[in-house]
Amino acid sequence: MLILELYVFVLAAFVGFVVITRVPPLLHTPLMSATNAISGISLVGSMVAAGANRGTVSTALGFIAVVCATTNVVGGFLITDRMLKMFRREPHDDASKTRKQ
Amino acid sequence: MRETITQLTYLAASILFILGLRSLTRPDKARRGMQLAAVGMLLALCGTLMNHQIVDYRWIAGGLVLGTIIGYPLGMWVPTTALPQRIAMSLSFGALAATLVGVAEYYSAFHGGEGHIGAAKMTAIGFEVLLGSLTVTGALIAAGKLQEWVPSQPMTYRGQNLVNFAMFAAALVLFAMVVLDPTRSTAFYTMIGLAALLGVLMVMPIGGADMPVVVALLNSYCGLAAAATGFALGNSILIICGALDGASGFLLAILMSKAMNRSFANVLFGAFGGETAAAAVGGGSALPVRSVSAEDAAIQLAYAQRVIIVPGYGMAVAQAQHAVRELAELIEKRGGEVKYAIHPVAGRMPGHMNVLLAEANVPYDKLYDMDEINSEFPQTDVALVIGANDVVNPAAREDKSSPIYGMPILDVDHAKSVIVLKRGMAAGFAGIENALFHAPATSMLFGDAKSSLTKLVSEVKSA
Repeated sequence: MLILELYVFVLAAFVGFVVITRVPPLLHTPLMSATNAISGISLVGSMVAAGANRGTVSTALGFIAVVCATTNVVGGFLITDRMLKMFRREPHDDASKTRKQ
Repeated sequence: MRETITQLTYLAASILFILGLRSLTRPDKARRGMQLAAVGMLLALCGTLMNHQIVDYRWIAGGLVLGTIIGYPLGMWVPTTALPQRIAMSLSFGALAATLVGVAEYYSAFHGGEGHIGAAKMTAIGFEVLLGSLTVTGALIAAGKLQEWVPSQPMTYRGQNLVNFAMFAAALVLFAMVVLDPTRSTAFYTMIGLAALLGVLMVMPIGGADMPVVVALLNSYCGLAAAATGFALGNSILIICGALDGASGFLLAILMSKAMNRSFANVLFGAFGGETAAAAVGGGSALPVRSVSAEDAAIQLAYAQRVIIVPGYGMAVAQAQHAVRELAELIEKRGGEVKYAIHPVAGRMPGHMNVLLAEANVPYDKLYDMDEINSEFPQTDVALVIGANDVVNPAAREDKSSPIYGMPILDVDHAKSVIVLKRGMAAGFAGIENALFHAPATSMLFGDAKSSLTKLVSEVKSA
């Protein structure tokens, strides 16, 4: 079982390296927030800890973990989307969006 | 049956996550890809809710609601200038979640659980809480430094590295003790405390400008902690995501330290800008500086055919990105061509400048990486440097005695003329004299970047 898990880890890390090497510096900040949102997947562990009824301590720790991970999932995906929405190619008339200082 | 469905949702989520990350290689496809990744996350969560171990949904629901309430403003309302500290904060949250799950797993094994943890699982839990708690405090300090709640200067004292190393060694000894005999709970909790303290001590001595590397590295640790959670719980999606996160953070950290021509070890233990650089400043400068008025600078810009704008952290601090775009559009309207040159470590996190400029409606095909644009400076009429210093210092290319010698820089000094927007003659983060500011082709426009740019805009308009 452990060996199988090591396989998964090594192969996933390899895929990660190959994919992420090709991300241009232009999108490095969205990349960080995206991986951050994805790492909120630790929710699947936290939810089990919070809901398995293994005593008060486990439930309390699990609850805090659920809050933290959910914050990352929600905030992470939202901010990534907000950033990616800003990247535009076409120069366009943006008089309405110009923020005056 | 339920177990199979759960696993299938995890598999689907893993695929969507990887496709989401791959979509980030193309700016026009990225948004769609990440939305699909969010769908994947939703799938995985629904799959988890079917887990037979879960008997009580109240705390889960409460946590999901509270997390959403906290997460929404962190996603929607944080200004782009505050992105680095925002990301550092969320690294801290993520690591805290991993650490707490590890502690819960350990605690419940001996309180009502099996009363025993195997060596393999204990090793995984150990890594999880060690990396986790180190990242929790480290990322908090990094966020504090970026927000300037904690002084961003490096804080050093004699024997610092020795102390940190001794603490790290102690934590490892405790780790080994717990793996050999998991009932040693004092050792377990002391290890967590030590790692948390180590996180503080390791990030404290690192200066603000080195934060891109630190944040990327903490990102990597956070991912590895999540992967360790996956090993502890026997959950493959956690392992996969942790590995992706870890790989991404590690890769970015390598890229960033390469862009500063420094090794990890140097960033983490060097406390750059401390004692060594102080000596370099000592020389003082009696070199001439040519100051220029906004009017003259505006005329230069108004009649330039090719302009390259070089933004730095100063632009972010002054929130001048909108004024920059306005100026660029004016120059373009008059027939000039404007490009932006982005140094990999400009700003306080990887890619920070790109997001700021994109927010100000600068089309991303005008943003160029260092390697793409360096050859174009000799044909450039005016290079406009806004709040950047060390990344345009020719000493990195020429002066072997300079602390930043060898760092790849933007060859701004090759441009026909250079206008530098700067608050005053203070040295940059590295505390090094910048020959660019004294070059005959360079004129300095002193003042706050935003008000200087506003003046330039109105002057170019009337030119």
